[in-house]
Amino acid sequence: MDIKVLVRQSEGDAYVVELAGEIDVYTSPKVKDAITELIDQGHYNLVINLEKVRYIDSTGLGVLIGGLKRVREHGGSVSLVCTNPQIKKIFDITGLVKIFGIFDTEPNAMKALA
Amino acid sequence: MVQQPLQTGGVVELRIPNKAEWVAVARLAVAAVANRLPFSMEEIEDMKLAIAEACTNAIQHAVGASSIEIVCEAFPDELRLTVRDHGNMSASELLPQSQVDFPESRAGLGVFLIRSLMDEVKYTLDPNHGTNLVMVKKVTR
Repeated sequence: MDIKVLVRQSEGDAYVVELAGEIDVYTSPKVKDAITELIDQGHYNLVINLEKVRYIDSTGLGVLIGGLKRVREHGGSVSLVCTNPQIKKIFDITGLVKIFGIFDTEPNAMKALA
Repeated sequence: MVQQPLQTGGVVELRIPNKAEWVAVARLAVAAVANRLPFSMEEIEDMKLAIAEACTNAIQHAVGASSIEIVCEAFPDELRLTVRDHGNMSASELLPQSQVDFPESRAGLGVFLIRSLMDEVKYTLDPNHGTNLVMVKKVTR
């Protein structure tokens, strides 16, 4: 079990954090490190692509919430790309759908940052 | 009436180290047991998340616990999951949560998810014996 994290620059100053695998108490620190590094470098508009994520738990949600909170302090935003029904369900029952912008495609998530 | 397990060997017990890297093993074990009952894939995913949240709580809050015990009891109409640690957990960790507004961390999220995804949830706190969590998922088809 592992998580793969790929960070790439997209349009303008936006960055995409592409994740693949499972995000849980063991792997979430790796995700947190990637997001924290981007924010520390001054990148506050992020798309986090969860299309290849098979599983996420509350520690993963906590990392995303923490990232969103930090970028908002700088006027930034986080958009999520998510198509997995089970993961969308978790965002739904926790009420996080009201906090994050969740999109089916990366281009749509990118547009929401603009 | 005392409910009997689905068949002989319907009880599976597992003990994992109280460390993050072992939570995935608990998830896989619960999924394998749940797959023996007529649960949907969505319901099995619910139970995988619930057991992971219970183990994560034990890892993060059960001070002094070296291992986590997981018992899966398969009955014809439900799967009962028991998670025990032998550490000390604050009762405030177990308070019922309403829908999350804007949490600054995962605090409370795990318990909220467990309560949302499982049909019955019961915590027992014992200062001398740690936390005992029983979670039940009913078979609906």
